[in-house]
Amino acid sequence: METINLFITTNMLDLFQYGFAIRGLEAGIIIGLIAPLIGIFLVLRRYSLIADTLAHVSLAGISIGFLLEINPILTAMVSTILSSVVIERLRISKKIYGESALAIFLSGSLALAVVLISLAHGFNVGLLNYLFGSIVTVSQTDLYIIGALGVVVMMVIFIFYKELVFITFDEESAQVNGIPTRFINTCLIVLAALTVSLSIPIVGVLLISALMVIPVVTALQFRRSFIRTIMIAELVSLFSVVVGIFSSFYLDLSTGGTIVLVSLFVFGVSLAIRRR
Amino acid sequence: MPVDHTNNIIEVEGVSFAYNENLVLENVYLNIHKGDYLGIIGPNGGGKTTLIKIMLRLLSSSKGTIKMFGQDIHDFKEWSRIGYVPQKVINFDVNFPATVFEVVAMGRYGKLGLFKSLTKEDKRIINEALRQVEMYEFRDRIIGDLSGGQQQRIFIARALAGQPEVIFLDEPMAGVDVMAQDQFYQLLKRLNRELELTLVFVSHDIEAVVNEVTEIAFVNRSLSYDNNPKNFSKGDLEKLYGDNKFIHHHKHA
Repeated sequence: METINLFITTNMLDLFQYGFAIRGLEAGIIIGLIAPLIGIFLVLRRYSLIADTLAHVSLAGISIGFLLEINPILTAMVSTILSSVVIERLRISKKIYGESALAIFLSGSLALAVVLISLAHGFNVGLLNYLFGSIVTVSQTDLYIIGALGVVVMMVIFIFYKELVFITFDEESAQVNGIPTRFINTCLIVLAALTVSLSIPIVGVLLISALMVIPVVTALQFRRSFIRTIMIAELVSLFSVVVGIFSSFYLDLSTGGTIVLVSLFVFGVSLAIRRR
Repeated sequence: MPVDHTNNIIEVEGVSFAYNENLVLENVYLNIHKGDYLGIIGPNGGGKTTLIKIMLRLLSSSKGTIKMFGQDIHDFKEWSRIGYVPQKVINFDVNFPATVFEVVAMGRYGKLGLFKSLTKEDKRIINEALRQVEMYEFRDRIIGDLSGGQQQRIFIARALAGQPEVIFLDEPMAGVDVMAQDQFYQLLKRLNRELELTLVFVSHDIEAVVNEVTEIAFVNRSLSYDNNPKNFSKGDLEKLYGDNKFIHHHKHA
């Protein structure tokens, strides 16, 4: 028994001998903190799909980054932020339905990404990491970007917390009360775009929305106050990220996939607890 | 409390509103005085909700002017003087994770402004608003766990927490059972008489409203006004609604 314990402990510490693994873990924790913070406002406003749409947009951004040989996270960030503002404008203008705007952007940007990929044959291997996430892809520069913008996202949410809660609960009354709803809505969608592009290296384009949605939906099962729901979502998210990264490292599994499966497992447990 | 009909707080002058070239309101004039308990009634699609949404700046009129406390609505900044109880109970997310206290606190947010959080004084006002509607004991409950009538009281408390001078209520009885409706009317009467709050109450339940309010406006594209609601006999209403459109219990869309 003791030898097994010893074996596990030394093995567990192995992760910390690899720079890339530590960077991945650090980036993962930051993403794990900000994803549900944005996610709760998207989920409660029935906006969950916007995360998916922006993720596909970011894929086009990444392809542009590869083609122009710029850091793909930066190009992903610029393209998601620009598209998020356009999507919000389209939604307000009511020229097309909100979901149609999402569908157009989702498929349109995927089409652009595919065409760009076929233009340059060289980067197919790297692209797979961006699709499904791999802590190997996190460079030191990426970590700085993720860290700095993670702080920005948390600060903006903290500053506009009460306005965001009010608008999410009852947008019309918030507007009557003099809350600048348009400005706050734009802030939220830009923050969502930022979070999506920052999460790419960890969970990958195709799994981002899971990290924003599943911990929140799990926390909602407990029917607590808004602030407690956020805290529960944070715990679920951090747990999923840390356990996911450790197990993917030792079992040689896809990082993004493992993180999402862990969070789904926690969600299943929360459903079972609520049913009792 | 007699209403001083020279003290106008909201003046609607010649307002028209068209929706997709469909004229919903035509040349509407209305003065709301301090201390009014005004009932706005009329058939569905007659434009009563549109009218209050224009007064709340949620819609803008295609013609006419509106003055709020003597100021043009487009220049008016003191929106915390206005409270709003939306038609909430029927389109309300019962899974929303907020306690009663958190919901009522929203009523303070407009007054607080950006970058500021609730002070001790704010919390005292929130608790006071909860006591006014006799829901203080429920402050830690999740809003979705309450009954329709209780939820509606919480929305009143939220409006009160902003310490407004006028409260607009849009079909507040929708989704509230008959017993709770009685209590609710008593609460509104008390707010109007004791706190001297001006109330603007939109409803399609004409009979109930006629017995409660102190002035009445009937809106069906155009507006007719009376400061003695009892004058609104059933005969008048039938004329206003058109031959056989006067239905007591029609559901609101």
